[in-house]
Amino acid sequence: MLLDIASWALILLGGAFCITGAIGLLRMPDFFTRMHAASIIDTLGAAFILMGLILQAGFSLVTVKLIAIGILLFLTSPVATHALARAALARGVQPMLAKGDVSSNS
Amino acid sequence: MLRIASLLVALFAFWVLMSGMFSPFLLGLGVASVVAVTWLARHMEIADREGHPAHLRLVAVVSYWLWLFKEIWLSGLKVARIILDPRLPVSPTLVRFAPSQKTAVGIATHANSITLTPGTITVQANHQEFLVHALTRDGAAGVVESEMNRRVREFEGSDLEEND
Amino acid sequence: MFAAAAAALLVTLSLALVRAFRGPTVFDRVVAANSIGTVAVLLLAVIGFLTGRPDFLDLALVYGLLNVVGTIAVLKFFHFGDLGEPGDEEGA
Repeated sequence: MLLDIASWALILLGGAFCITGAIGLLRMPDFFTRMHAASIIDTLGAAFILMGLILQAGFSLVTVKLIAIGILLFLTSPVATHALARAALARGVQPMLAKGDVSSNS
Repeated sequence: MLRIASLLVALFAFWVLMSGMFSPFLLGLGVASVVAVTWLARHMEIADREGHPAHLRLVAVVSYWLWLFKEIWLSGLKVARIILDPRLPVSPTLVRFAPSQKTAVGIATHANSITLTPGTITVQANHQEFLVHALTRDGAAGVVESEMNRRVREFEGSDLEEND
Repeated sequence: MFAAAAAALLVTLSLALVRAFRGPTVFDRVVAANSIGTVAVLLLAVIGFLTGRPDFLDLALVYGLLNVVGTIAVLKFFHFGDLGEPGDEEGA
Protein backbone atom coordinates (compact mmCIF):
# COMPACT_ATOMS: atom_id res chain seq x y z
CA MET A 1 0.00 0.00 0.00
CA LEU A 2 2.76 2.42 1.01
CA LEU A 3 4.72 1.26 -2.02
CA ASP A 4 1.68 1.99 -4.18
CA ILE A 5 1.40 5.55 -2.90
CA ALA A 6 5.11 6.14 -3.43
CA SER A 7 4.99 4.84 -6.97
CA TRP A 8 1.90 6.90 -7.78
CA ALA A 9 3.63 10.01 -6.47
CA LEU A 10 6.71 9.29 -8.56
CA ILE A 11 4.69 8.67 -11.73
CA LEU A 12 2.64 11.85 -11.23
CA LEU A 13 5.83 13.84 -10.55
CA GLY A 14 7.38 12.45 -13.73
CA GLY A 15 4.27 13.33 -15.73
CA ALA A 16 4.32 16.85 -14.30
CA PHE A 17 7.97 17.28 -15.28
CA CYS A 18 7.22 16.00 -18.79
CA ILE A 19 4.43 18.56 -19.25
CA THR A 20 6.65 21.30 -17.80
CA GLY A 21 9.38 20.45 -20.29
CA ALA A 22 6.88 20.52 -23.16
CA ILE A 23 5.57 23.93 -22.03
CA GLY A 24 9.17 25.14 -22.00
CA LEU A 25 9.62 23.73 -25.49
CA LEU A 26 6.80 26.05 -26.60
CA ARG A 27 7.61 29.10 -24.48
CA MET A 28 11.38 29.41 -24.84
CA PRO A 29 12.54 32.23 -27.15
CA ASP A 30 15.19 30.52 -29.31
CA PHE A 31 16.50 27.17 -30.42
CA PHE A 32 19.23 26.69 -27.80
CA THR A 33 16.99 27.57 -24.86
CA ARG A 34 14.38 25.16 -26.21
CA MET A 35 16.93 22.36 -25.97
CA HIS A 36 17.29 23.01 -22.24
CA ALA A 37 13.54 22.54 -21.85
CA ALA A 38 13.66 19.32 -23.86
CA SER A 39 16.42 17.95 -21.64
CA ILE A 40 14.02 18.11 -18.66
CA ILE A 41 11.76 15.60 -20.42
CA ASP A 42 14.75 13.38 -21.20
CA THR A 43 16.13 13.34 -17.65
CA LEU A 44 13.69 14.11 -14.85
CA GLY A 45 10.48 13.12 -16.62
CA ALA A 46 11.87 9.81 -17.83
CA ALA A 47 13.67 9.02 -14.55
CA PHE A 48 10.64 9.57 -12.31
CA ILE A 49 8.16 7.72 -14.52
CA LEU A 50 10.54 4.75 -14.84
CA MET A 51 11.18 4.75 -11.07
CA GLY A 52 7.44 4.73 -10.43
CA LEU A 53 6.98 1.82 -12.82
CA ILE A 54 9.87 -0.04 -11.15
CA LEU A 55 8.11 0.23 -7.78
CA GLN A 56 4.95 -1.18 -9.42
CA ALA A 57 6.82 -4.05 -11.06
CA GLY A 58 8.40 -5.39 -7.88
CA PHE A 59 11.49 -7.52 -8.22
CA SER A 60 11.45 -9.35 -11.55
CA LEU A 61 12.85 -9.37 -15.06
CA VAL A 62 10.53 -6.46 -15.85
CA THR A 63 12.43 -4.31 -13.33
CA VAL A 64 15.75 -5.07 -14.99
CA LYS A 65 14.25 -4.21 -18.36
CA LEU A 66 12.97 -0.88 -17.06
CA ILE A 67 16.44 -0.12 -15.67
CA ALA A 68 17.90 -1.02 -19.08
CA ILE A 69 15.51 1.45 -20.75
CA GLY A 70 16.55 4.10 -18.23
CA ILE A 71 20.26 3.50 -18.83
CA LEU A 72 19.67 3.60 -22.59
CA LEU A 73 17.84 6.94 -22.35
CA PHE A 74 20.47 8.41 -20.04
CA LEU A 75 23.36 7.36 -22.28
CA THR A 76 21.85 8.32 -25.63
CA SER A 77 19.97 11.55 -24.91
CA PRO A 78 23.08 13.68 -24.15
CA VAL A 79 24.78 12.35 -27.30
CA ALA A 80 21.80 13.34 -29.45
CA THR A 81 21.51 16.73 -27.72
CA HIS A 82 25.21 17.45 -28.15
CA ALA A 83 25.14 16.46 -31.83
CA LEU A 84 22.09 18.67 -32.34
CA ALA A 85 23.67 21.71 -30.66
CA ARG A 86 26.92 21.30 -32.55
CA ALA A 87 25.17 20.84 -35.90
CA ALA A 88 23.00 23.91 -35.29
CA LEU A 89 26.00 26.08 -34.42
CA ALA A 90 27.94 24.76 -37.42
CA ARG A 91 25.00 25.58 -39.69
CA GLY A 92 25.02 29.16 -38.44
CA VAL A 93 22.07 29.22 -36.04
CA GLN A 94 23.04 32.14 -33.82
CA PRO A 95 22.21 31.62 -30.15
CA MET A 96 20.39 34.48 -28.49
CA LEU A 97 22.73 35.74 -25.79
CA ALA A 98 22.08 37.84 -22.71
CA LYS A 99 23.44 41.37 -22.63
CA GLY A 100 26.77 42.04 -20.93
CA ASP A 101 28.18 38.67 -21.91
CA VAL A 102 31.88 38.12 -21.26
CA SER A 103 32.62 35.37 -23.76
CA SER A 104 31.80 35.79 -27.43
CA ASN A 105 30.84 33.18 -29.95
CA SER A 106 33.59 32.96 -32.53
CA MET B 1 42.07 -10.64 -21.51
CA LEU B 2 40.11 -9.37 -18.56
CA ARG B 3 38.30 -7.06 -20.95
CA ILE B 4 37.22 -9.95 -23.18
CA ALA B 5 35.93 -11.88 -20.16
CA SER B 6 33.93 -8.92 -18.90
CA LEU B 7 32.53 -8.32 -22.38
CA LEU B 8 31.40 -11.97 -22.53
CA VAL B 9 29.67 -11.73 -19.16
CA ALA B 10 28.00 -8.40 -19.98
CA LEU B 11 26.71 -9.63 -23.36
CA PHE B 12 25.40 -12.87 -21.87
CA ALA B 13 23.60 -10.95 -19.12
CA PHE B 14 21.99 -8.84 -21.85
CA TRP B 15 20.94 -11.99 -23.73
CA VAL B 16 19.28 -13.48 -20.63
CA LEU B 17 17.56 -10.14 -19.94
CA MET B 18 16.17 -9.93 -23.46
CA SER B 19 15.07 -13.54 -23.80
CA GLY B 20 13.84 -14.32 -20.30
CA MET B 21 13.87 -18.06 -21.14
CA PHE B 22 16.09 -20.53 -19.34
CA SER B 23 15.84 -23.71 -21.41
CA PRO B 24 19.25 -25.26 -22.17
CA PHE B 25 18.74 -24.93 -25.92
CA LEU B 26 18.09 -21.19 -25.81
CA LEU B 27 20.90 -20.58 -23.33
CA GLY B 28 23.19 -22.54 -25.69
CA LEU B 29 22.15 -20.30 -28.58
CA GLY B 30 22.91 -17.35 -26.32
CA VAL B 31 26.40 -18.59 -25.54
CA ALA B 32 27.03 -19.17 -29.25
CA SER B 33 25.97 -15.68 -30.30
CA VAL B 34 27.82 -14.04 -27.40
CA VAL B 35 31.03 -15.78 -28.44
CA ALA B 36 30.45 -14.81 -32.07
CA VAL B 37 29.84 -11.15 -31.20
CA THR B 38 32.89 -11.03 -28.94
CA TRP B 39 35.04 -12.55 -31.66
CA LEU B 40 33.69 -9.97 -34.11
CA ALA B 41 34.31 -7.12 -31.66
CA ARG B 42 37.87 -8.28 -31.15
CA HIS B 43 38.37 -8.70 -34.87
CA MET B 44 37.07 -5.18 -35.56
CA GLU B 45 39.20 -3.87 -32.65
CA ILE B 46 36.29 -2.08 -31.02
CA ALA B 47 36.58 -3.99 -27.71
CA ASP B 48 39.29 -1.59 -26.57
CA ARG B 49 39.78 0.78 -23.67
CA GLU B 50 37.35 3.29 -25.08
CA GLY B 51 34.67 0.95 -26.39
CA HIS B 52 34.43 -1.17 -23.26
CA PRO B 53 36.02 0.70 -20.34
CA ALA B 54 36.25 -2.24 -17.94
CA HIS B 55 39.22 -0.69 -16.16
CA LEU B 56 36.99 1.79 -14.30
CA ARG B 57 36.26 0.78 -10.73
CA LEU B 58 32.59 -0.09 -10.25
CA VAL B 59 32.33 1.68 -6.88
CA ALA B 60 33.66 4.92 -8.34
CA VAL B 61 31.27 4.75 -11.30
CA VAL B 62 28.22 4.02 -9.14
CA SER B 63 29.01 6.76 -6.63
CA TYR B 64 29.56 9.21 -9.51
CA TRP B 65 26.16 8.33 -10.98
CA LEU B 66 24.42 8.81 -7.62
CA TRP B 67 26.05 12.24 -7.28
CA LEU B 68 25.06 13.07 -10.87
CA PHE B 69 21.42 12.13 -10.17
CA LYS B 70 21.41 14.56 -7.25
CA GLU B 71 22.83 17.31 -9.50
CA ILE B 72 20.26 16.57 -12.23
CA TRP B 73 17.45 16.80 -9.70
CA LEU B 74 18.68 20.15 -8.30
CA SER B 75 19.27 21.86 -11.65
CA GLY B 76 16.12 20.30 -13.12
CA LEU B 77 14.09 22.00 -10.40
CA LYS B 78 15.77 25.32 -11.26
CA VAL B 79 14.99 24.99 -14.97
CA ALA B 80 11.40 23.90 -14.27
CA ARG B 81 10.94 26.99 -12.08
CA ILE B 82 12.29 29.23 -14.88
CA ILE B 83 9.92 27.64 -17.42
CA LEU B 84 6.86 28.12 -15.20
CA ASP B 85 7.84 31.68 -14.21
CA PRO B 86 5.59 34.10 -16.17
CA ARG B 87 8.52 36.49 -16.76
CA LEU B 88 10.70 33.69 -18.18
CA PRO B 89 13.97 34.93 -16.60
CA VAL B 90 16.52 33.41 -18.96
CA SER B 91 19.97 34.86 -19.62
CA PRO B 92 21.51 32.50 -22.21
CA THR B 93 25.29 32.44 -22.04
CA LEU B 94 28.08 30.76 -23.96
CA VAL B 95 31.19 29.94 -21.95
CA ARG B 96 34.53 28.39 -22.90
CA PHE B 97 36.83 26.58 -20.49
CA ALA B 98 39.56 23.94 -20.47
CA PRO B 99 38.61 20.57 -18.96
CA SER B 100 41.18 18.92 -16.74
CA GLN B 101 40.53 15.33 -17.92
CA LYS B 102 43.22 13.50 -19.86
CA THR B 103 41.58 10.34 -21.22
CA ALA B 104 38.96 10.11 -23.94
CA VAL B 105 36.59 8.34 -21.53
CA GLY B 106 36.99 11.17 -19.02
CA ILE B 107 36.36 13.88 -21.62
CA ALA B 108 33.27 12.08 -22.93
CA THR B 109 31.93 11.51 -19.41
CA HIS B 110 32.43 15.14 -18.46
CA ALA B 111 30.83 16.48 -21.66
CA ASN B 112 27.87 14.10 -21.43
CA SER B 113 27.34 14.87 -17.74
CA ILE B 114 27.19 18.61 -18.52
CA THR B 115 24.67 17.95 -21.28
CA LEU B 116 22.64 15.58 -19.11
CA THR B 117 22.26 18.22 -16.40
CA PRO B 118 19.28 20.41 -17.40
CA GLY B 119 20.25 24.02 -18.06
CA THR B 120 23.67 23.37 -19.56
CA ILE B 121 24.59 21.86 -22.94
CA THR B 122 28.06 21.07 -24.28
CA VAL B 123 28.18 22.47 -27.80
CA GLN B 124 31.77 21.63 -28.64
CA ALA B 125 34.07 19.29 -26.77
CA ASN B 126 37.69 18.33 -27.32
CA HIS B 127 40.76 17.78 -25.17
CA GLN B 128 41.69 21.44 -25.04
CA GLU B 129 38.40 23.24 -24.70
CA PHE B 130 34.69 22.88 -23.94
CA LEU B 131 32.09 25.29 -25.32
CA VAL B 132 29.03 25.20 -23.07
CA HIS B 133 25.67 26.90 -23.61
CA ALA B 134 23.88 27.66 -20.36
CA LEU B 135 20.31 28.78 -19.79
CA THR B 136 21.29 31.33 -17.13
CA ARG B 137 24.40 33.31 -16.29
CA ASP B 138 24.67 31.53 -12.94
CA GLY B 139 24.55 28.16 -14.65
CA ALA B 140 27.40 29.20 -16.94
CA ALA B 141 29.48 30.25 -13.95
CA GLY B 142 28.78 26.88 -12.34
CA VAL B 143 30.37 24.69 -15.01
CA VAL B 144 33.83 26.29 -14.97
CA GLU B 145 36.18 24.65 -12.47
CA SER B 146 33.20 22.72 -11.13
CA GLU B 147 32.91 19.86 -8.69
CA MET B 148 31.89 17.72 -11.69
CA ASN B 149 35.26 18.47 -13.30
CA ARG B 150 37.06 17.32 -10.16
CA ARG B 151 34.94 14.18 -9.69
CA VAL B 152 35.35 12.98 -13.28
CA ARG B 153 39.10 13.60 -13.01
CA GLU B 154 39.09 11.37 -9.93
CA PHE B 155 37.30 8.38 -11.38
CA GLU B 156 38.69 8.36 -14.94
CA GLY B 157 41.91 6.73 -13.72
CA SER B 158 45.36 6.94 -15.24
CA ASP B 159 46.29 7.97 -18.75
CA LEU B 160 48.57 4.96 -19.27
CA GLU B 161 47.57 2.43 -21.89
CA GLU B 162 47.37 -1.10 -20.57
CA ASN B 163 48.03 -4.21 -22.63
CA ASP B 164 45.54 -7.00 -22.48
CA MET C 1 -3.42 5.49 -12.38
CA PHE C 2 -1.41 4.37 -15.37
CA ALA C 3 -4.11 6.06 -17.43
CA ALA C 4 -3.25 9.37 -15.75
CA ALA C 5 0.43 8.91 -16.60
CA ALA C 6 -0.48 8.02 -20.19
CA ALA C 7 -2.68 11.14 -20.39
CA ALA C 8 0.17 13.34 -19.12
CA LEU C 9 2.51 11.83 -21.68
CA LEU C 10 -0.05 12.39 -24.46
CA VAL C 11 -0.36 16.05 -23.46
CA THR C 12 3.45 16.33 -23.61
CA LEU C 13 3.42 14.64 -27.00
CA SER C 14 0.87 17.05 -28.46
CA LEU C 15 2.71 20.12 -27.13
CA ALA C 16 5.93 18.83 -28.70
CA LEU C 17 4.01 18.24 -31.94
CA VAL C 18 2.96 21.91 -31.95
CA ARG C 19 6.64 22.87 -31.70
CA ALA C 20 7.51 20.47 -34.49
CA PHE C 21 4.88 22.09 -36.75
CA ARG C 22 5.88 25.66 -35.89
CA GLY C 23 9.62 25.22 -36.44
CA PRO C 24 10.97 27.78 -37.36
CA THR C 25 14.35 26.13 -38.09
CA VAL C 26 14.82 22.50 -38.99
CA PHE C 27 16.72 22.02 -35.71
CA ASP C 28 13.69 23.06 -33.69
CA ARG C 29 11.77 20.33 -35.46
CA VAL C 30 14.50 17.80 -34.72
CA VAL C 31 14.49 18.75 -31.01
CA ALA C 32 10.73 18.28 -30.95
CA ALA C 33 11.04 14.95 -32.79
CA ASN C 34 13.68 13.80 -30.30
CA SER C 35 11.41 14.70 -27.37
CA ILE C 36 8.51 12.92 -29.05
CA GLY C 37 10.73 9.84 -29.34
CA THR C 38 11.60 9.92 -25.63
CA VAL C 39 7.94 10.39 -24.69
CA ALA C 40 6.99 7.52 -27.00
CA VAL C 41 9.44 5.23 -25.17
CA LEU C 42 7.89 6.18 -21.82
CA LEU C 43 4.38 5.86 -23.25
CA LEU C 44 5.14 2.34 -24.51
CA ALA C 45 6.43 1.36 -21.06
CA VAL C 46 3.31 2.79 -19.39
CA ILE C 47 0.99 1.09 -21.89
CA GLY C 48 2.78 -2.17 -21.10
CA PHE C 49 1.67 -1.78 -17.49
CA LEU C 50 -1.75 -0.39 -18.40
CA THR C 51 -2.65 -3.46 -20.43
CA GLY C 52 -0.66 -5.90 -18.29
CA ARG C 53 1.56 -6.98 -21.17
CA PRO C 54 5.25 -6.58 -20.34
CA ASP C 55 6.17 -7.36 -23.97
CA PHE C 56 5.72 -3.65 -24.66
CA LEU C 57 8.96 -2.99 -22.77
CA ASP C 58 10.93 -4.68 -25.56
CA LEU C 59 9.24 -2.38 -28.05
CA ALA C 60 10.18 0.59 -25.85
CA LEU C 61 13.80 -0.51 -25.84
CA VAL C 62 13.91 -0.86 -29.61
CA TYR C 63 12.15 2.47 -30.03
CA GLY C 64 14.76 4.15 -27.82
CA LEU C 65 17.57 2.79 -29.99
CA LEU C 66 15.79 3.83 -33.21
CA ASN C 67 15.17 7.29 -31.78
CA VAL C 68 18.84 8.13 -31.25
CA VAL C 69 19.95 6.57 -34.52
CA GLY C 70 17.22 8.49 -36.36
CA THR C 71 18.17 11.80 -34.76
CA ILE C 72 21.86 11.39 -35.58
CA ALA C 73 21.04 10.31 -39.15
CA VAL C 74 18.80 13.35 -39.78
CA LEU C 75 21.47 15.66 -38.31
CA LYS C 76 24.20 14.11 -40.40
CA PHE C 77 22.05 14.56 -43.46
CA PHE C 78 21.40 18.24 -42.80
CA HIS C 79 24.99 18.87 -41.74
CA PHE C 80 26.85 17.23 -44.60
CA GLY C 81 24.19 16.84 -47.27
CA ASP C 82 24.54 13.04 -47.37
CA LEU C 83 24.91 10.08 -45.02
CA GLY C 84 28.09 8.56 -46.46
CA GLU C 85 30.97 10.94 -45.77
CA PRO C 86 32.53 10.59 -42.32
CA GLY C 87 33.11 14.37 -42.14
CA ASP C 88 35.94 16.15 -40.38
CA GLU C 89 36.51 15.15 -36.78
CA GLU C 90 38.09 17.54 -34.36
CA GLY C 91 40.16 16.41 -31.40
CA ALA C 92 41.13 12.79 -30.96
